[in-house]
Amino acid sequence: MQSYIIIISILILALPLLNFLVLGLADSRFSHKTAGTIGTFGLSIVAILSYITAFNYFFDFGKIDGVYQKFTQSVEWLRFSDTLHIDLGILLDPISVMMLVVISTVSLMVHIYSLGYMKGERGFQRYYAFLSLFTFSMLGLVVATNIFQMYIFWELVGVSSFLLIGFYYTKPSAVKAAKKAFIVTRFADLGFLIGILILSYFTNTFDFGALTDPNGSIIGNPASATFMGFSVLSWATLLIFMGGAGKSAMLPLHIWLPDAMEGPTPVSALIHAATMVVAGVYLVARLFPLYFFVTPDVLTVVAYIGAATSLFAAVVACTQTDIKRVLAFSTISQIAYMMVALGVSGFGGHDGLGYMSSMFHLFTHAFFKALLFLGAGAVIHAVHSNEMGDMGGLRKYLPITHITFLIACLSIAGIPPFSGFFSKDEILVAAFHHDKILFACQYLVAGLTAFYMFRLYFGIFWGKETHYHHTPHEGGVAMSAPLIFLGLLTLVTGFVPFHDLITTNGVSFAAHIDWAIAIPSILVGVAGIAVATVMYKKPSDIPNKVATAFNGFYVATKNKFYFDEIYLFVTKKIIFNCISTPIAWFDRHIVDGFMDFQAFWSNMLSSNIRYLQSGRVQQYVWVFTASAIVIAALVIF
Amino acid sequence: MNYLDNILAMRAELLVVAQIIFLIIYDLFAPKTAGKTIDFVSCALFLVITAVGFIPQADVEAFGGMYLSSPITEIMKSALNIGVILMFLQSKMWLNSEQIAHKRAEVYILVLSTLLGMYLMISSGHFLIFYIGLEMASLPLAALIAYNKYSYNSVEAGVKYILMAAFSSGLLLFGISLLYGSSGGAGLYFESVRALAIPSSLTLLGLVFFLAGMAFKISLVPFHLWTADVYQGAPTNITAFLSVVSKSAAAFALMLVLFKVFPALFDYWEYVVYALIVASITIGNLFAMRQKNMKRFLAYSSISQAGYLLLGMLAGTAFGMTSAVYYVLVYTVANLGIFAIVSEIENRTGKTEISDYNGLYKTNPYLSVGMMLFLFSLAGIPPFAGFFSKFFVFAAAVEKEYYGLVFIALINTVLSLYYYLLVVKAMFIGNDKITAIARLKTNGYTKTALFIALAGTLLLGLLSCIFAYIEDFSFGLM
Repeated sequence: MQSYIIIISILILALPLLNFLVLGLADSRFSHKTAGTIGTFGLSIVAILSYITAFNYFFDFGKIDGVYQKFTQSVEWLRFSDTLHIDLGILLDPISVMMLVVISTVSLMVHIYSLGYMKGERGFQRYYAFLSLFTFSMLGLVVATNIFQMYIFWELVGVSSFLLIGFYYTKPSAVKAAKKAFIVTRFADLGFLIGILILSYFTNTFDFGALTDPNGSIIGNPASATFMGFSVLSWATLLIFMGGAGKSAMLPLHIWLPDAMEGPTPVSALIHAATMVVAGVYLVARLFPLYFFVTPDVLTVVAYIGAATSLFAAVVACTQTDIKRVLAFSTISQIAYMMVALGVSGFGGHDGLGYMSSMFHLFTHAFFKALLFLGAGAVIHAVHSNEMGDMGGLRKYLPITHITFLIACLSIAGIPPFSGFFSKDEILVAAFHHDKILFACQYLVAGLTAFYMFRLYFGIFWGKETHYHHTPHEGGVAMSAPLIFLGLLTLVTGFVPFHDLITTNGVSFAAHIDWAIAIPSILVGVAGIAVATVMYKKPSDIPNKVATAFNGFYVATKNKFYFDEIYLFVTKKIIFNCISTPIAWFDRHIVDGFMDFQAFWSNMLSSNIRYLQSGRVQQYVWVFTASAIVIAALVIF
Repeated sequence: MNYLDNILAMRAELLVVAQIIFLIIYDLFAPKTAGKTIDFVSCALFLVITAVGFIPQADVEAFGGMYLSSPITEIMKSALNIGVILMFLQSKMWLNSEQIAHKRAEVYILVLSTLLGMYLMISSGHFLIFYIGLEMASLPLAALIAYNKYSYNSVEAGVKYILMAAFSSGLLLFGISLLYGSSGGAGLYFESVRALAIPSSLTLLGLVFFLAGMAFKISLVPFHLWTADVYQGAPTNITAFLSVVSKSAAAFALMLVLFKVFPALFDYWEYVVYALIVASITIGNLFAMRQKNMKRFLAYSSISQAGYLLLGMLAGTAFGMTSAVYYVLVYTVANLGIFAIVSEIENRTGKTEISDYNGLYKTNPYLSVGMMLFLFSLAGIPPFAGFFSKFFVFAAAVEKEYYGLVFIALINTVLSLYYYLLVVKAMFIGNDKITAIARLKTNGYTKTALFIALAGTLLLGLLSCIFAYIEDFSFGLM
């Protein structure tokens, strides 16, 4: 790796951190304008540096003998044994470079957008400081050279997400949502950490290079120990996947993401659409050879959990009325799509289509989903409400938002030539060749996606003509420019030749659109749109009729299949009553009692030995001599 | 090895001697009105000496093995140097006070003389040199402790110290003479004592008396009784010096002698050190809990800290030595950070009770936060350096399977957290509007000292290369 690339990658990490420190320490000493400018300027440099890195990696030094290489540069930080040590460093390979581009682009857009959206908010400087912290953590996560470094940044990402969700800390619902997000993901991370410990215990390394080398000793000769019928490595990768499922909101750990929408909308666009929530997908992709060669059973689990999640979230999304929640469930569904793609993937050449399409979908989804969120932000900014009931007919007032939102909806619905079509098509092809059940499921989800996205679109921009207290208007150039830029990206990113750039083994393969699958998938998308058009373009009572027809199912869906209630029941009724209360009693009476007893005892003792310290030198000398003689006597005899 | 090489081997000692002579001459001839420049000159010169100390030096044996220098001894001296420079920087306020100002140069000269003695202790290869170093490190200290000569407390502390020091030196010398006797007149070179150190009652008695004498310098229980009185009476900056530099030097010297001279008697001194650790940590903590005076409180806290430091030594391994040296380094920055604040407050307001710190956060937020970080480091709370240093000494002890001892030490860290937090509580929660210390404006010297201490407390733990560097040169029982 050329030395200038190392310097650039270090700068990519250092600038957001520096931004965070400067903005965080200065806090209200900077004016809003200064803070915003510093944050945005720093990020634009990071974005440019990321593009330089990506360009150089993909078209200059990355490919050696037709294979994209992994480049690592690291320093040893903590050494446990000769083979096991934690390093800190930078890893450049196709997926990490791709993630650099995604993160810095979306983050830059969010920085610019927030200049308009957060204008005049209390704590504006703090907001930008946290955004920088998040960007730093996320960039650090993707370039981690080893699983432990990734874990460190993983937790940092969790913390900054917590801070940003709870940004409006005077609002109880935001505080609750922040806590929920943090606790649920931390719970999942417990699995991740245990997985890391098991993995490192049996493989004696944290290093991604060694863990994922298909010709290396770990994959060639995996540890054979078993635990409860499964190999220990299966347990390890399953637990690691649990961490990923927590961050990526897979069933049943998805409950935090809809609530996380309490954060400022640009934050949702950055964290809960494009970057942090795909960390789980990235984690599985990072360890993909390990999953594929050593623990294919776990990979199947990944695929089925992904399929179940995507179907579940798509169904729930059809009934939600808060526009950000619709987008949240849509995000869950789309990320699950990526998981499915990883789950059905093979290794090498065209077999690795699933892996490639997963990364491809991650890439395209990041832009169009960020666009959807930012568009939703513009709508919320204009009408001061999240509820679809308060909207309607906005196309006249918000033309830019309308067009860009439509582009993103078409893209997620899988209509060519928008980017979502290409990546989704590849996923469906991969699923079709691997497992017909999964394919059927994802096919259905594609239709549902088109339906609920256009339900949302029509509900906001068409539908009934709502009377507004004051005329809604666009949020100014700071908010429009990112929308337009992301809209353009949505138009072009579908044409990026991912099969040349990002593959399981670094070797390009030929991929083409499989029209036998693409045409039905377009048709199902169009069908979804058509149904939505009939139901929602003009105010009608069809939606109510449908809801009445499926009464029980509708209510269950609207309540997100009672997942939150189940969690509450399990935690409050079962865990609190049956486990926590007895433990609390034990703690209060036995443990505290013991501690109080100790404190009492130490207190007694310390007051009883006070007389030793009399201030008289004669006594000091006496004690001195006596002690020396006693010790000598004890030693000699 | 010719004469010149012998002398050049004593690089560190020579530089200190040069500075002492320079300061004496400077003080004689410089106009009295320019007295304050001596602070700057002393600090600057000593900074140079500290910097030179970091230049690696090879193993040297000079004057026929009387003087030994190796990379690890140079590292130990550098650790002491850091303590001294921090102490110099924070003494400015005290030196400016009316009674001291006219004799400020002597403070530097006396401190440097004790430092020279400590160097000799660490680098000695012969018990006579060791003893000379020890005395050189003790006598000027007595003068320094009694430096506020119109203060009854200061003089009393000085007298107590010199009496106790004389007594302990006597015992130590007696121990050395027993060793000499048991060696059959082969001399007091470390090598020759080591060769003949067999577990006879004569040698063991000598060893125990030697240990007792050193335990006095490190103020280990039960040889600690002088500590609180002296620490309280001495000028605060001298207390800082006593509790950090003097104590660390003695610990280093003891460690080197035990490792180099008495490895064969490990089975015997192991028990003694074991008992001293348990007693020091526990008794130090129990006393610290009840103190009302800040300086007495720090005295007991330093007794228990010394116990932890010895944990690394007890292991008798290279890792143990590294962890002990590292512990000293971390303890130096944290404790001197605290002393910088305590002495600043004492010299400005004369207040030394813990209750005087009530509400300090309201008036001096920066000092309070700094103090809190130093206290956290002493208590061993991650991610401050103190956590790592405690972790390493525990790891060293666990490696040699002293589970019971580590258990006792761990319980004691919990106890210590209680009294360190008492101070934090006073500063942040204690609310006393009437008597709260007014806002202080610290001078540049103290600020520099605080910054160095803070940087050390925050970074020493995270920069693993420092520990690795020390480990490269450490050795176990020879």
